[in-house]
Amino acid sequence: MTALQPRLASGIILLLAIWVCWISFSQIPAEAFLFPRLISVAFVILAGWTLARTFLDRRAAEGGITRELVKNFLPGVVVAGIYVFFAAKWLGFYTSSAIAFIVILSLFDPAPHNQVRTWLKRLAIAAGYLAVMYLLFSVVLKVFTPRGLFI
Amino acid sequence: MEFLTYFGDVFTVPAMLLLIGGTIGGLILGATPGLSPTMAVALLIPFTFQLEAVHGLILLGAAYTSTVAGGAVSAILLKIPGAPANIATTLDGYEMARRGQGARALQLAFLASLVGGLIGVALLIFLTPVLAEWALAFGPSELFWLAILGVTIIGSLGTSSVVKGLLSGCIGLWLATVGFDDILGVQRFVFHSSLSGGISIVPALIGLFAIPQVIAMFADGRSSSSIEAISVERHPLSRAFRELLSRSRAVVIGTVSGSVIGLIPGIGGQIAGLVAYDQARKVSPERDKFGTGHPEGIIAAESANNAMVGPSLVPLLTLSIPGSPTAAVLLGGLLIHGIFPGTDLFDNHPHVAWPFINSMLIGQILMCVFGLYVASLAARVALVPKSIMAPIVLGLAVFGSYSVQHSMGDVYVMAALGTMMYFLERFGFSAAPLVLGLILGPIAESNFIQGSLIAEATVGSFAYFFGGALNLLLIAIVVASVGYSLYAELRARRAGNAERGTP
Repeated sequence: MTALQPRLASGIILLLAIWVCWISFSQIPAEAFLFPRLISVAFVILAGWTLARTFLDRRAAEGGITRELVKNFLPGVVVAGIYVFFAAKWLGFYTSSAIAFIVILSLFDPAPHNQVRTWLKRLAIAAGYLAVMYLLFSVVLKVFTPRGLFI
Repeated sequence: MEFLTYFGDVFTVPAMLLLIGGTIGGLILGATPGLSPTMAVALLIPFTFQLEAVHGLILLGAAYTSTVAGGAVSAILLKIPGAPANIATTLDGYEMARRGQGARALQLAFLASLVGGLIGVALLIFLTPVLAEWALAFGPSELFWLAILGVTIIGSLGTSSVVKGLLSGCIGLWLATVGFDDILGVQRFVFHSSLSGGISIVPALIGLFAIPQVIAMFADGRSSSSIEAISVERHPLSRAFRELLSRSRAVVIGTVSGSVIGLIPGIGGQIAGLVAYDQARKVSPERDKFGTGHPEGIIAAESANNAMVGPSLVPLLTLSIPGSPTAAVLLGGLLIHGIFPGTDLFDNHPHVAWPFINSMLIGQILMCVFGLYVASLAARVALVPKSIMAPIVLGLAVFGSYSVQHSMGDVYVMAALGTMMYFLERFGFSAAPLVLGLILGPIAESNFIQGSLIAEATVGSFAYFFGGALNLLLIAIVVASVGYSLYAELRARRAGNAERGTP
């Protein structure tokens, strides 16, 4: 792992801090930005310090994300992103949850994909999950869930 | 003794059902590695919307109490601490279980948790009203410094890097300013329509605590678990009880350590077990046996973990400063029910405050009773694969965020904050100070504005915010906590450099 990642991360945070500071000191009415001004100064100082430390202290430049890690989590994050940002509203909460559940389960379940038994097990687990969610949220708690083409 | 007046309120049917449900659910969630007590309580908050404030808090309190104790189950039977607080329990608990003494280890863990927990809640009962009265002396300037203290103390003492902890706190304080300004109604930092109403606390809490764990589960890939739960043999409870009495030194050390650490805002329970374990080992004549399956290790660690729970709520209920990350989430639970900590809580909402506190006392007993019986079941649930656990948590996170205002905007905010937090955690940042900043930000801002108006009309800003004994005391604590943490970090770094032979 190189020091580039922590430096890049600290740099992004510093840019955010500078943006917050600039907005706080340039927007009007000034009275509405008194508190943001106060914290934005501390924000910039701490973010600058964090970035400087990644150059001055070798251990401050540790941490980050490996290629292996990205390869592992990316499929799940993509499915979760589609579920949260599109499917839940478009298809409805229960339908999209069931689909997301089966897809994520299939992506990360180490059982072989080419066996009918594996898929039956996955479908059974997803059906059980959906039944519990529906009973809990819609029957017992009677709360609203996102609705789309379906429930 | 006002708490006795409200004791009967805990023994109503809905309260007891929620207490029992929260306790059993909390024990199972606590035993599940990857589901921290903080995340469990955050995910439960939306379920309390339909409930009366008192019942909602009883549910959250029961979950808080039992998730901490439930973590001992997986620590003992699986060698995986259910939560960071149970790390010390793993050291001796698993060794005992491996030798066929799993039931004895679990009984000792739950009995020690009971003793520590009861004393911790007793401290909560007797200290809270006194400190709440003391909080009356706080004006806007003191409340402003108190909110800043809450953020800095958890940012400096509760994280591995002081600067990153404080920076996380700053990010939280900034996020709290997003949306409409309360006084002039001006929009601030609204760069997406989802943020026009500001960032709601509950979706933010869920996102910051649950989503990083979901992504972390994804990051483990398609790994199959090779862990097996050690089966539990029968062991007479009376013998475990006698053993606990005979090892009272470990109980006392654990309870005192946990209570003191719980009272210090920001430190939380993660270190209570380890500190108690270390102290118990130092004073024990059998110190060589620690780590090889010594009961005193479990007793000290578990009594400390649960002794911390009650006192961690003292600064929360009196001064709005949570003693632990889970207490910070409970603060969110209080605020969404329109209840503000401090004297208001005990003067205007005694029917909420006291049954909640009393329920934690009863919850400790239920936790011990059920813990002994559901341990084996909890250990089996703890083995649920991450490929199943991740979508369940994700579904609950979406439901929980949506249910606050029935807005998909909250769901997007939850997902965005959670994803951001995962990456921040990879670079050594921590969610706890960020959450504190988000929760205490509005308190700090409103008191800062009020204080500024008073200061303009009276003595001027500098004299108002930096004058007076209480202000100076709070500023001194802020400076001392940051200074001490920087010193400790520097010392640890020098020791590390010396070990590696680098300058």
